[in-house]
Amino acid sequence: MASYSTNEFRGGLKVLLDGDPCIILENEFVKPGKGQAFNRVKLRNLMTNRVWERTFKSGESLEAADVIDQDMEYLYTDGEFWHFMLTDGSFEQYPADAKAVGDALKWLKEQDVYTVTLYNGSPLSVTPPNFVELEVVDTDPGMKGDTAQGGSKPATLSTGAVVNVPLFITIGEVLKVDTRSGEYVSRVKSS
Amino acid sequence: MTREPVWQPSASQAALKSRAQQLEFVRGFFAQRGVLEVETPVLGRCGVTDVNLDGIHAQVTAGSRTGGWLQTSPEYHMKRLLAAGCGSIYQVSRVFRDGEQGRRHNPEFSMLEWYRTGFDDLALMEEVSDLVCGWLGCQRPVVIQYRDALKHWAGIDPFVATDRELMRRCEQWLEPEQLADLGRDGCLDLLMSFAVEPHLGRDKPMFITGYPASQASLARVSRSHGYETAHRFELYIDGLELCNGYWELTDPKEQRLRFEADNQQRLRSGKREMAPDEAFLAGLEQGLPECSGVALGLDRLLMLKLGAQDISEVLAFPFERA
Repeated sequence: MASYSTNEFRGGLKVLLDGDPCIILENEFVKPGKGQAFNRVKLRNLMTNRVWERTFKSGESLEAADVIDQDMEYLYTDGEFWHFMLTDGSFEQYPADAKAVGDALKWLKEQDVYTVTLYNGSPLSVTPPNFVELEVVDTDPGMKGDTAQGGSKPATLSTGAVVNVPLFITIGEVLKVDTRSGEYVSRVKSS
Repeated sequence: MTREPVWQPSASQAALKSRAQQLEFVRGFFAQRGVLEVETPVLGRCGVTDVNLDGIHAQVTAGSRTGGWLQTSPEYHMKRLLAAGCGSIYQVSRVFRDGEQGRRHNPEFSMLEWYRTGFDDLALMEEVSDLVCGWLGCQRPVVIQYRDALKHWAGIDPFVATDRELMRRCEQWLEPEQLADLGRDGCLDLLMSFAVEPHLGRDKPMFITGYPASQASLARVSRSHGYETAHRFELYIDGLELCNGYWELTDPKEQRLRFEADNQQRLRSGKREMAPDEAFLAGLEQGLPECSGVALGLDRLLMLKLGAQDISEVLAFPFERA
């Protein structure tokens, strides 16, 4: 595997540190005019999601981590694994365990496309798109005419996720939700 | 990984205008003081031996010569002009340092370098203050000894601490195996960068002076308070290192010894040996007048003027857009 020297460090680079795959979040080059140069690096450990801060002497290097992001369609779950399929036409399938699926679980809808991060060929994490469209399967009855005022109520979506929605939302409607904040964005007009 | 090219400049129109005004201010400042503006090569035949500076090698074929180096500083050429009897001189030039990129670094940057014959380091520090405060409208700097700065902010006495104590202090930032080959000055640089520098020049500009003799570079060394210290100064404003000045070494024998020591250190750190600039040494043999010199980063000066946090805010095209 290739390795990266400090002067190749940049945000987004995936490297091995203490045996774990990490992504470089920030890299700061520090050097007194006449002195030794250092790189102050912030990395997120992709196994634990912990953020590490490390200092490197200029010229040191880190091994590249075999980590790639792939677009994959979610197929089904057998209870133990969640199965995804590459969208590149190869129909290649990858089983992701509960740890890899993590918080993405509540946004998983069959046939939607997710970013699956592979480490040494196995799913490491699953990232939903920023916005997903899901149907309301349960909420208190809608209150007609109350569209302008604030106020919200919980609604359960088809994936089991619960989001706060305006009072006028009814069962059966399809909503656009921001997966990063878990917040309701809008209704999706049915065509 | 390919990225979309960006054609737009990264500096605002206001920053570009301020850059032009800064240049005008600098030229006016030196014209008034009778300091001569000079131009020396950006592309030289020799590079620099300094272990912490990497020049950029150029593939030049001209006449009977091939190769060359983009200069890390106009110092050697300017000192040859001094040896030739030019008197006090200044230059605004582009200099190049391989591998240097970050919020405060770009591999190519603008340097203001000047030499004052008959000045010692203290006299030149006064002139640096006149220039910097005249342009920024800031308070005049206070002067702090390197030793006191390290004692105060890093909690270590750089002249007394043992190598072991220094390394132990650095373990806050580096693993023991990373520290093994860092050396004494490397440890001091680490402490300077991470423990000290962020605090320097916060209330008012601050000169650091009295560096350890091992960090003298091209400055003369003398004994004060029982320790060998270099007549070298740096100016810091808001934690930003702005310039580096010396009461210049004029002894060619001592200079040659320092070049050789540099090269030995380069070999130890796995870097290529650099041929000493014989033309520069010959100029020193001829006789460099007593003088002090300083190099000041103009891009950083402009960052301070505009309150910029990143050097790309003051460069039309930083390297990633160049």
